[in-house]
Amino acid sequence: MQAVFNSETRVKKSSGWQLFLKTVYARAYPRLIGQQREKSWLFFDVFLPLMAVSAYVFVYRTIGAPEEYVGFVVIGGAMTAFWLNVLWSMSSQLYWEKEQGNLALYIIAPNSMMAILLGMALGGMLATTLRAAAIVVLGGWMFHVQFQVSSYFQLFLVFLLGMVALYGLGMMSASLFLLLSREAWHISNLAQEPVYLASGFYFPVKNLGFWTAAIASIIPLTLAMDAMRQLAFASGPTLGFLSVQLEVLILLLLSVLFLASAYFLLRYMERLAIREGRLTESRR
Amino acid sequence: MRTDLGLLRSFRTAAWLGWQIESNWTDPFLFAVYSIIKPISSAAILVVMYAVITGGDFESPIFTYMYLGNAFYIYVGAVMAGISWAVIDDREHYKTLKYIYVAPVNIPTYLIGRSVAKFLVGTISVLVTILFGLLFLHLEIDLAQVNWPLFLVGLLVGVVLLAMMGLVLAGVSLLIAHHVWFLGEGVAGALYLFSGAIFPLIVLPPYLRWIGYLNPITYWLELLRRTLVGPISNAFPTLAFLTEIKLLGILVGMTVVCGVLSLFLFRWCDHRARERGLIDMVTNY
Repeated sequence: MQAVFNSETRVKKSSGWQLFLKTVYARAYPRLIGQQREKSWLFFDVFLPLMAVSAYVFVYRTIGAPEEYVGFVVIGGAMTAFWLNVLWSMSSQLYWEKEQGNLALYIIAPNSMMAILLGMALGGMLATTLRAAAIVVLGGWMFHVQFQVSSYFQLFLVFLLGMVALYGLGMMSASLFLLLSREAWHISNLAQEPVYLASGFYFPVKNLGFWTAAIASIIPLTLAMDAMRQLAFASGPTLGFLSVQLEVLILLLLSVLFLASAYFLLRYMERLAIREGRLTESRR
Repeated sequence: MRTDLGLLRSFRTAAWLGWQIESNWTDPFLFAVYSIIKPISSAAILVVMYAVITGGDFESPIFTYMYLGNAFYIYVGAVMAGISWAVIDDREHYKTLKYIYVAPVNIPTYLIGRSVAKFLVGTISVLVTILFGLLFLHLEIDLAQVNWPLFLVGLLVGVVLLAMMGLVLAGVSLLIAHHVWFLGEGVAGALYLFSGAIFPLIVLPPYLRWIGYLNPITYWLELLRRTLVGPISNAFPTLAFLTEIKLLGILVGMTVVCGVLSLFLFRWCDHRARERGLIDMVTNY
């Protein structure tokens, strides 16, 4: 009996890249499977945000805005899903994990924290892309948005780079949040509306003036949205902040910067958190 | 009498607890800054949208209509989210909901009490937002012309209404997972569309307008605007056929109906949550 038990339950050990990829998959898994188990997201994550987006659409219609602004709002509304996901399911996730006792398990397991963050990012990104796509499709259909895509390849590239940079930022800030306690929740809460404003989620960011838009470009969604609007709407280029090529280049740089910073910061913060005994603290 | 005192004590203790949770994570100055930046940014989004299209015509009545509606709508998110979030916070974060349940506490009273802190922070936000509008955006409120008694009564009834709506969401929160913690804000965002907060209901397609007419928040916001800037509010004909007193009557009536319904719905959700063993559920994706 003992022999059978041993032969059937022996786990094949992984190491190196195999372990890294398995960890990524393992952390992404609950995010994806959670969608299947808790289908209420269809209502809460698609229908409710769509209502909020619609309110802004009707504001533009009330004040007689050109129709492309309706499209801008739909795109912006869809992208809020990514920002919320990065804020709440990346940056402050480690705080929740700490509060629930998982963080210590992540640290003592023989895997890479970077892989865990990447798994969270990929799982969150895939799940959020579904929500964002639903908002774009439904919003576009409801408000008869006229998309005129000038280059699908560039549009896809901008979206991809925007996501890599954004989730890189999320991974970087997650490591900073390792040191935080209850303030993590409040910081994430604070970073919602001000970023919607500064990044131009509901209007072209160019209208905020060059320097404000330039500073706001540190949030990858600012340039990603601006470039996507330029590529997806006929009048987009006239309302754009920078040229699409330049925005692609900056997004590329931001992606490298944030991912590299996430790697180094995570190592540093993990050591600091261990030294200061903050991995298991719970200041309530 | 004894029960009333017990309810009052539950409410007072919950309000104190809520305030401590809300405010003692930092120093008062930082807390004040945090409380102000969020609503100001939210209002600024609308201001920029408006300015981009109209070239900064802030003296138009539609701007005052929109700005005031948006400012008072802060209460909707604050109170509704405050009550529903208390369920998630106590159940999944502090893991104390089960202890609250076994204590001699009236749960709806406790949850409403927990939202008092958010209501107070919301009040500061509303005041700051309106002050910002008065100082920098030519918001035309003549303080001598304001119908203060009606304004205060309307405000109070509205807050009770929002608390009752929040109780429904708290009931729903008992049945759902942690990842929809933003339920209160989400529902507030959705109702934004059907409340005439930032545009008159007449702008909505006819087949959607009736939702706005059934939404009590519509009458609450209209009443508050009328008491503050009567003539400007009258520029929009959607509810012009209703006098202020009629608006108040409708609001009171809807608040009573909403109150009765919310108590029944909360009890039903509470019963379901107990039956399914969800009172101490912890979820995390």
